[in-house]
Amino acid sequence: MLERALTGSDKYKRLLGGLLILMGLGFAAYLTQWEHGLMITGMGRDVSWGFYIAQFTFLVGVAASAVMVVLPYYVHDVKVFGKITILGEFLAIASVIMCLLFIMADLGKPMRVLNVLLYPTPNSILFWDMVVLNGYLLLNVFIGWNVLEAERKGTHYPKWVKPLIYLSIPWAVSIHTVTAFLICGLPGREFWLTAIMAARFLASAFCSGPALLILLALIVKKYTKFDPGMEAINKLLTVVTYAMLISVFFVILEFFSAFYSNIPSHMETLKYMFFGLDGKHALVPFMWLFVILAIAGVALLMHPNVRKNENLLIAACCCVFFSMYLDKGVGLIVGGFVPNMFGQVHEYMPTIPELMIAIGIWATGFFILSVLYKIAVSVKEEVGA
Amino acid sequence: MEKSRRDFLKIGGICALGLSSLDVADAFAKKRVTEFLTNPKAGTAKRWAMAIDVKKCWNEGNEGCTECILACDLAHNIPDIPVKRQEVKWIWNEKYENAFPGQEESMEPKEVKDKPFMVLCNHCLHAPCVRVCPTQATFKDPDGITMMDFHRCIGCRYCMAACPYGARSFNWRDPRPYVKKINPDFPTRDRGVVEKCDFCVERLAIGKIPACVEACKSKALIFGDLDDPESELRKALASRFSIQRKPELGTMPGVYYLI
Repeated sequence: MLERALTGSDKYKRLLGGLLILMGLGFAAYLTQWEHGLMITGMGRDVSWGFYIAQFTFLVGVAASAVMVVLPYYVHDVKVFGKITILGEFLAIASVIMCLLFIMADLGKPMRVLNVLLYPTPNSILFWDMVVLNGYLLLNVFIGWNVLEAERKGTHYPKWVKPLIYLSIPWAVSIHTVTAFLICGLPGREFWLTAIMAARFLASAFCSGPALLILLALIVKKYTKFDPGMEAINKLLTVVTYAMLISVFFVILEFFSAFYSNIPSHMETLKYMFFGLDGKHALVPFMWLFVILAIAGVALLMHPNVRKNENLLIAACCCVFFSMYLDKGVGLIVGGFVPNMFGQVHEYMPTIPELMIAIGIWATGFFILSVLYKIAVSVKEEVGA
Repeated sequence: MEKSRRDFLKIGGICALGLSSLDVADAFAKKRVTEFLTNPKAGTAKRWAMAIDVKKCWNEGNEGCTECILACDLAHNIPDIPVKRQEVKWIWNEKYENAFPGQEESMEPKEVKDKPFMVLCNHCLHAPCVRVCPTQATFKDPDGITMMDFHRCIGCRYCMAACPYGARSFNWRDPRPYVKKINPDFPTRDRGVVEKCDFCVERLAIGKIPACVEACKSKALIFGDLDDPESELRKALASRFSIQRKPELGTMPGVYYLI
């Protein structure tokens, strides 16, 4: 089926060309990092994880969200998801690959990464994250490919795929739970040390991921002959709405615990993020933009016309996606390091090369996504689904 | 024909995967074997630990004394990095409010507020850095020292996120050009790995005491076996009130501050 990715309209080729340019720029920036080390980033001894790990955390959520189409379709036999499921699975593949690339970009010694396999360490959550992420990638590759190939041949997918599909459902939950466990079990980082971290991760994943999937489905519908179906999109929108409300609720819970208890170490990071601390307030504009977008997103999702008016739908999904991105992909990881272990506020700002590498990885993800979607859409067009 | 080629590739791929997983199984099954003789002069302890007599440090040393830091820098080839956020530090001083955040109450004597507290790796009994390291590059040695294998570290910096004492430094850049005088008895580091105080395990192995302890002219640093009731360290802890950094986190730090 791969050959379908090689032919296409001029638009498709221009899209891939554009992404290739961004990938090249990102790769060039990575070569400087390879040459000089992580000194080219804005990270330091106080904020020792930055933009890369934040992107990774957010994208694990996007990857996990495929379960929101897989679960209803395969377990509850929600037939309207039949067309959109492959889009969800392929989005998961692209997201997990981006996650792995962001981890690689963050390593001080990337050539030693196989030490994680050579010296497997079950007490390290990072070891388990490696296991679940790679497992999830393989699951989605096997499932997505086989189901699509069966569809092209007009047959039913092989029997051995079914158990993998069932396995992929708890597995999707596991990737985001384990990723939350990476940060919510560390003594001394009170902002992260919250029992609802995994729940919060899942809730934000299940609104940001499906919101992106809706946007992608609308793009596919506009530019190809394949229509994922409004009914599926509407069902997905219900998922987005509830997950978004729960996400916002969880953020409020964090505020309540921190500020009602009045324990300084629990309040300080939230104060830094939303109001600034010790005269430092780099994150404040981003966090308030998060608040505005979250409120706008909820309001739009609640609007009675969101299912009838496509522009409203697009606006709602954009608000949800970008608000959750700001929460998790910008604030959450960096916030955990401020104030530092000495109670001092040292701020972090990504550097240009760091951002270029990040953009390069995002472009790589979207390149893979475009190729996979092209294959899926070609098959769908061919069988006239 | 095409069908069989595909099958061949599939089976080949599965076989390759199976063969490559043998190493993983081996690694799981591996046992640690000591293959070297220890120096008969080597110091031994069940758990090495340290007490810092802050009164002696403040009263008997000169104002702004940094002998312990200089000795450590020299012994371990610690670079002097000009960019503050990329600094590498094994032992250094902090103010009371920074060494003991959350414990300050603003009514402390002026001396406590202004004078330096030496901070270093606590060599915790329940070290969070050891718990999180995905490659066992940081590990506990039998003497209770939290060790670092610079050659296994992949530079993921998970240990830095986990250490509640900010005791770990990452080599954001190549440190070698910033080492003033290279001590050939201790390795220099490459960029991309984490490092920290090792309680001078390399000196203990040949019967010496840690460089900082040796360098302190006011004898403010007391080093010894925490599990030996007869050690100088235990006697000091039994006779004076001491505090620790963030004891509430359950890490069981191995550094005490005699007040």
